[in-house]
Order: sequence, then structure tokens, then C-alpha cells
Amino acid sequence: MALELELISPIDVAKDIALAVQDYTVLSAQSLANFFRRPLYMGDMLQQADLIGVGSLPIVILTGLSVGALLALNSASSLERFGAVTLIGQLVSLGMVTELGPLITGLMVAGRNASGMASELGSMVVTEQIDAMRALGTDPAKKLITPRVGATAFMLFFLTIIADLLGLIGGYAVAHLLFGVDTQQYWTSIWQTLVFRDVFTGLIKPVLFGFIISTVGCYYGMSTKGGTQGVGRSTTQAVVASSVLILIVDFFVTKLIFAIFGYR
Amino acid sequence: MSAPTLPSENPAAAVASPSGHAIEFDNVSIAFDEKVVLDSVSFQLAHGETKAIFGVAGSGKSTLLKLAIGLLRPDSGRIFVLGEEITHMSEKELFELRRRVGIVFQESALFDSLKVYENVAFRLMEEKIPAEEIERRVREVLRFVELERTYDMFPSELSGGMRRRVAIARAIITQPEVLLYDSPTGGLDPVTSNTIVELIVKQRDVYKTSALMVTHRLQDAFTMATHDFDKATNKMVPLPKGKRGEVPMSFLILRDGKVIFDGDAQQLVNSRDEYIREYVS
Repeated sequence: MALELELISPIDVAKDIALAVQDYTVLSAQSLANFFRRPLYMGDMLQQADLIGVGSLPIVILTGLSVGALLALNSASSLERFGAVTLIGQLVSLGMVTELGPLITGLMVAGRNASGMASELGSMVVTEQIDAMRALGTDPAKKLITPRVGATAFMLFFLTIIADLLGLIGGYAVAHLLFGVDTQQYWTSIWQTLVFRDVFTGLIKPVLFGFIISTVGCYYGMSTKGGTQGVGRSTTQAVVASSVLILIVDFFVTKLIFAIFGYR
Repeated sequence: MSAPTLPSENPAAAVASPSGHAIEFDNVSIAFDEKVVLDSVSFQLAHGETKAIFGVAGSGKSTLLKLAIGLLRPDSGRIFVLGEEITHMSEKELFELRRRVGIVFQESALFDSLKVYENVAFRLMEEKIPAEEIERRVREVLRFVELERTYDMFPSELSGGMRRRVAIARAIITQPEVLLYDSPTGGLDPVTSNTIVELIVKQRDVYKTSALMVTHRLQDAFTMATHDFDKATNKMVPLPKGKRGEVPMSFLILRDGKVIFDGDAQQLVNSRDEYIREYVS
């Protein structure tokens, strides 16, 4: 059997990418604009908030504790050489609140919920449920996408606060139990280290990450083609794309915060 | 089977549209990835008429229905639904028009995360109709399709035929002026198919709903052309031989994206076109 290779024009690839970016931008803009248009599906938003927020709590608790403990463990081994193990609290608090808390929570929720949204909406697309919804006079962007975007951005904010707190507790457990750091010293150093810009940085990121997770998940779900295989493909792409976008946006937001507030 | 009645009988299609037709396609063409699916398709669906659309798989039958409800837009040509040109309507304007049109999808397309009553009541819930009124109307329409017992069930718990009937209930709950059926009897056993054909005939004869019906089953369309619905006995009954051309039923055949036949049952049977003769036989 002769193997036939089909050559794809780079122009066509560029056109496809440009089209995808355009579609994603339109979907994202619509999802935001729909917050100001009636009807606003509050019931669906609460349902999604429960699914995303409460449903993601166990995984966020576990990763928050682990990352805080690991951060303390790794930094303590270096600090110990300089006799500065009491600085663990500073390192853990800065690392968790400004960077690792939002990032790890964002990546965990991306893995769990971007995939969930892509597979749920993708299944609805291939079984014509989205067409049925449109035919019944309901805008799927309002009914399905906007509630997911609102719920994810809102819940990721609170999940990140929980992850930060548990990270600090995990760090405390390692610092106190393994390296003998005094309880009051640990928590006081955290209180003294964190300033407004740190907390602001740490809380603006989850809102952006939540927006990315939900819009990317919904975009891949709504653009699913090719039956159940297509649903699987969309699910994978949604997780990969949202995770990569989170990392890129994280870098630029951090850089922007530094540009606005200056380096510490 | 005798089909139960819907108490709020209100012949919907009596309103004349400016174009004079319930649906009109004027030189409509559409292609996907350079493959022409419909090529200059023109036809009219009169008010109160049911038109059965035939064609081999991939001939553009389902595409035609999706164009008729504005889920797809044609590359060229014009489409009129209930007197309004939908070709350039915005999605928001289409949402308004779709309240007057019902569609039954090929695989039912029921919302699998919602129960049967939520599926059937979907449009009423969106319109914020009081809960008691919704429940009353859902029960009525489920009784009409003989599935009241499935009220609290999920679509996954239903058989294919039951899902199809729930989809019909969802489409007719607002008594639309036009109904679009995409293979409503496809893949069903003869008894269930007959039940569904009877429901469609009842919509045509009692509620005077205009309809486009995509189907592969010629026998279903011929049953519809040779029967009418008797309100007295609440049953579909065969027409006497001399009256068979009197029901508002027509046939349309698509081949390679073009309309090759548009006429009534008698014209179809008498056609001399070789392809049509082979199709009918």
C-alpha cells in the first residue's frame, strides 16, 4: 500500500491559528458582555460554583499543604547552612501568597475543570444539544458559558486564599516540627513580611486564571468536531492550552506588578 | 393507537405570511469545505402542509432543516420562514423567530443532565412561566405522546422511541406554527414508528401545523399521504381511495444537493424519472 502524505500549506496553518484566536477572543468578550445582559442565569452560576469550588476543595487542600511543606523543607536546607532557618516563614509566605498559591491552584483547577467543561460542552455539541438549545430560543453563550466564567473566576479567588493558608500551615508544620522554629516567630515573620502588593498580586492572579480556565475550557468544548474522539481531543487540548496560558499570563502579570510597584 | 388530545387546541398555522408560505427556499446553496451540499435549492411549504424530504445519506436533508431554523446560514440564496427573511437575521432576532418553530432532531438531542419534565418544559422555564402552569402543560403534552409516566425520569432511562416522543413533546409544547422533523422514525420498530407517524398526522390535521419531515422511510410518508386524523375516534384512519390526494402532504427528493422532485404522492408514483422510480420501488 502506497503511503500518501498530504502537505499542509503554512499559510493555511497560520489562517487556522488566526481564526482560532479570533473565535476565542469573540467567545471571551461575549462571556463578559453577557454579565450585563438579561437573563443572567444565577441558578446555573451557583451550580457551577458548587461544582468548581466545593468540588475542587479536597485537591486544593492537599496540594496547598504539600507545596507549603515542600517549600519550607527545600528552603530550610539552604537557610540552615547560613544559620538563618528563622527566615523560613518569610520565604514560605512570599512564595505561597504571591506565586505558588495562585499558580498551583490555577493548574489544579485547570486540570480538573477545564477538562470537565470541554468534555461536557463537547458532548453537548456532538449530540446536537447545543443546536437544540439554540433552536429552543436560548443563547448557549448566556446559559452555559457566562455562568462557568463567573463561577470559576469567583471560586478560584477563594480557593487560592485557602491554598495560601494551608501552604503556610504546611510550612509551619515542617519549620516547627523538623527545624524547631518557634511558633510565634514563624507567624510574626509572615505578618511582618507580607505587604499590600504581595496580597494584591496573589489575589488578582486567580481571577485572571479563572477567566482563562473557563474560557479555554468552553472554547474547546464549543468547537468540538468529530464525535467522541473529538471530545477526547478537545478535553486534552483544553488542559494543555489553559495550563500553558496560565504560566504565560502569570509571568506577564508578575512583570507588570513589578513595573507598577517596583521591585521589593 | 389512539392519540390523546391536547386540551389547548389552537390551530396555529392559519396566519398568512407576507410571502404566502410557511417556509420558502429561494436558490439556496451551501458548501462545507468546498463540498457543495445544497445547490440552488428552491421550494415552498404551504401553510398547514407537511412536506416529506427524501434523499440518500449525505444528500443535505438535515442541512436543509438546520437552514430552515437558522442554525446554519446559506452561502447564497434566500430563506423565508413565516414571512420573514431569516438569511441575514442576527442570532438575537432568530431566537425570537425560533419561538414559533419547533424541531425534532435526528437523535432527539434531549438535554441528558435534565429530567424529562425539565427537557419538555425548557422553553417555558426560559419564559418564566409560573411553575404550576408549566407542570400542567408538561403533563398535558406528555399525555399527548403517551409518556406521562416518564415525567421524573432521565433521558438515559428511556428507549430510543420514547426519547423521540419526548423530543416531539418538547417541540410541540408551545404549539409552534412550523415543525421540523429530522428522521423522526429512523431506527425504530414498526409499532413505535406508527405511533410517531400518528402524532405527526395529528399535528398536521388537528393543529394545522406546517411541517418539513426528513425521512428515509417512504412507507411512513405514504401512510401520511393516505391517512388523516379522525378527531371523533381520536385515531389515524385510512382515507377512501378517491380522497387520497386531499390531505396537505407533499414529497421532495434531493439528489446531489439538487431538488429532483417536488410534488404530491400521485405525481411521485407516476414519475418517469428512472432514479425516482428506482427510489420509490
